[in-house]
Amino acid sequence: MEPVAIVGVGMTEMRRERKADGYPDLVYEATRKALDDAGMEIGDVDNVITVSNDFFDGRTISSMAIQDACGSFDKNVSTVEGDGTFGAFYGLMRILSGSFGTTLVCAHHKGSESEMPLITNAMFDPIYERFLGVEAVTSSALQARAYMDKYGITEEQCAMVSVKNHGNAFANPVAQLPLKLTVDEVMASPYIADPIKLLDCCPISDGASAVILASAERAEKAAKKPVWVKGVAHCSDAYHLGDRDLSDVRALEEAARKAYAMAGIDDPKKQVDLVELYDAFTYMELMWLEGLGFCGRGEGGRLTASGETAMGGRLPVNASGGCLSGNPVLVAGLNRIIECVLQIRGEAGERQVEGARTAVAHGINGPCGQSHCVWVLGGEK
Amino acid sequence: MGKRVAITGVGMTKQRSSRPDVNGQELINEAARMALEDAGLTRSDIDAVVIGNMDHFEGINYVDTWSVDGSGALMKPIMKVTTGGTTGTTVAMAAYYHVASGLFDRVLAIGWEKNSESDTTGAIITAFDPFWDRPIFAGAVAGLALEATQYMHLTGATEEDAAYVAVRERKHALNNPYAHLHMNLTIEDVMKSPYLSWPVKMGDMCPRTDGACAVVFVSEDAAQDSPQKPAWVLGVADRHLWAYTSDPYANQAIENGWWFPAMEWSARELYDKVGITDPLEQIDVAELYLPYSFAGLRYMESLGFCGRGEGPALVRSGAFDMGGKCPVNPSGGVMSSNAIGATGLIRVAECAWQIQGRAGDRQVPDVKIALATGFGGCFWSDILLFGAEKPEKSRG
Amino acid sequence: MDDWRENQELLVMEGRIKVPYRWFAGEVGTRYFESLRDERKFLGTKCGKCGKVHHVPRRNCPDCFAECSEWVELGSSGTLETYTVVRRQHPQLAPLPLPYGYGIIRLDGADTGFLHLLHEFEEGGLATGMRVEAVFAEEREGKILDVRYFRPAKGVS
Repeated sequence: MEPVAIVGVGMTEMRRERKADGYPDLVYEATRKALDDAGMEIGDVDNVITVSNDFFDGRTISSMAIQDACGSFDKNVSTVEGDGTFGAFYGLMRILSGSFGTTLVCAHHKGSESEMPLITNAMFDPIYERFLGVEAVTSSALQARAYMDKYGITEEQCAMVSVKNHGNAFANPVAQLPLKLTVDEVMASPYIADPIKLLDCCPISDGASAVILASAERAEKAAKKPVWVKGVAHCSDAYHLGDRDLSDVRALEEAARKAYAMAGIDDPKKQVDLVELYDAFTYMELMWLEGLGFCGRGEGGRLTASGETAMGGRLPVNASGGCLSGNPVLVAGLNRIIECVLQIRGEAGERQVEGARTAVAHGINGPCGQSHCVWVLGGEK
Repeated sequence: MGKRVAITGVGMTKQRSSRPDVNGQELINEAARMALEDAGLTRSDIDAVVIGNMDHFEGINYVDTWSVDGSGALMKPIMKVTTGGTTGTTVAMAAYYHVASGLFDRVLAIGWEKNSESDTTGAIITAFDPFWDRPIFAGAVAGLALEATQYMHLTGATEEDAAYVAVRERKHALNNPYAHLHMNLTIEDVMKSPYLSWPVKMGDMCPRTDGACAVVFVSEDAAQDSPQKPAWVLGVADRHLWAYTSDPYANQAIENGWWFPAMEWSARELYDKVGITDPLEQIDVAELYLPYSFAGLRYMESLGFCGRGEGPALVRSGAFDMGGKCPVNPSGGVMSSNAIGATGLIRVAECAWQIQGRAGDRQVPDVKIALATGFGGCFWSDILLFGAEKPEKSRG
Repeated sequence: MDDWRENQELLVMEGRIKVPYRWFAGEVGTRYFESLRDERKFLGTKCGKCGKVHHVPRRNCPDCFAECSEWVELGSSGTLETYTVVRRQHPQLAPLPLPYGYGIIRLDGADTGFLHLLHEFEEGGLATGMRVEAVFAEEREGKILDVRYFRPAKGVS
């Protein structure tokens, strides 16, 4: 793969309800910040990928609403419906095609404007599943149970993720939900759908983010030190939940295998300095760590309990606070990428991971992590 | 530098008003399997899948992950792109960039819609801003009628001019076994059909259709093994301007010399890249997203086939009829079949068939260069050129 | 642009997307739901190539991409592969009074699991691997809720 860099990043604050801003306002704010970060003007953007979803926005062709806000006027532009990691992947391909020197990728989400369970219920097949009332939390609970039963993962081990990530969020000014918690407090929070408790769940959030990708030539002109895309891949498992072994992470393993191969990583445990992954629910962090190869199958709980994934540990995971501390859906994956960029640049402030050179960012689409996208980012070209 | 990209396989369901015999995944699967077979490939040969439709037409969230049984993306990368009416061409362009990037050699592009499963207009109304436009805006037909009125006012074009296009498209569809509508109409029939929103009549409009289309895009390396003659992607471009209903019609746009800027600017970019200086002479066949008859007048101007206001005369000269200088929509076009998420990709598929010489009774002789367009959103435009000869380079 | 804002309540426009849908079950789905409705029998489809029995039924095997060639009658009992007990749910979604369960159930004779509701169980009475049985609705219309729910199989642990 030809070298491509991330040269600009911008995030709005994530909040439960950004009542003063429509989602185009959020997109404009994030885009403006990414341009400023890159030392660019909108004229330096060769093409745009927007990320949106008609259900979450309550609007057909919802990307129409943000064309003014993202500065796509008189540019090539397209829309990915899915997590921001997938949108960024398309943005990357458009640079690799040789047609564009830079791509702006923006994503937005206003969870406050609708009722999330009704929208995530619409992920499920209208003929066979939807009328059972299943949505993101209950389907994830099925996965959590399958995973925990198979490997003897405990609810306490999951609770540790909540304690860690909400704690990390104190050092992240854009995070929505920094919380000082104990494992006991997480354990005492009410069950939503066993074994998932309230404090195992991400919040509902409003927010937007933008990144600017650039070819090697164009990256030279950026204001900040470029962060290079070393490898990236995605992969989808089967759709119907019963077709999958929900405790299994084969699609993630496949995406990680490809991304690592591109990046020349043969031992992620040794070669990766930090991870930002999609922890919409606490158990996901454990499962995805296994799928990403940072420990063996079933060892995610032990790895977390050992403190290795905490700040100051050998492999800090979700130093940003993760999705648990702010989850504007679709934006969430871009935020994972952005945190890795800030860390590799050494701009992560109080949450800076010392010596961060290689980072993994991860996003998901569909129920129970059906489809995974894995990015490896590095400081060296 | 990007890989050169070709189409080597096409699958298309027969377009119909309703497909109660299949659910959405099964409809997608019909087209996907036909395309793979056509390209001489199996599911395991495919490196990635791109899919598109419009969410609120079937009410299914995350269609990419939902589609996997039908689209063949099990344990493969799948991505959803969606941009309204332009979705099908947006899918084609995304598949093109997948391959041009060098990351994938064989990509399956799928566009589909089951418009029979919902209220198309009820869904389209929600495309517009809930504060300013939605309480007022009355769906796609009225939006197009505003364009038609403006065009007639500016150029003196008549309803009969538009009816000529409606008749031509339906006549062409008689040669296309995949077309939804097979109607042998006269200009008088169209003129007598009831007004939906003046000056747009029933006979001027596209139908609502169930259908799927799948197209295999491959790299120049993989094209060498293709059993089909490759139809090469010469280049692609798009513009998706604007956010509000009134933007495209604003008088200021006309005063600024903006006629249909998204289409004019995307066409100009693509023609410059590919070296098209005289579209009427150089392009052998065009499959255009003409959602209604008046588009067949105005868009010919925006695509550079003639000057502003000259569309009606050129259209009525027969230049775009079968046997004319540049036949437009030998397939019968959107006015004969409109499964919205598939529609743009069908334009692409028809171009591939024309270049491969596989278009049956609707074949235009000796096609070297074919043009496909997508239309949608807030008067958005996607545009792609295909060629029989391998281009010097990839020009996304 | 901010000076007017003090003491202003920001406007919110309430709305709802109201689009009616009619999803076609297709030929495969119609056969399946007819059997549920008229005979209280679950049917799976068997892949003509790999022989996998899919439930819910599929017209084509997602893996082999070949047509499923035959219908297979499945048991109305099966094994619980995973489950959850739902304590809170959006009122428009919950099809049973809280608490109720969801389970992935592999019916006898099927090679895949399927998602359905769980009810009539004791608190703490569900376990991965347990046997469950279908409880059919008295009035059946040809839809997935013709099976009201699954419950722990009587007299079997």
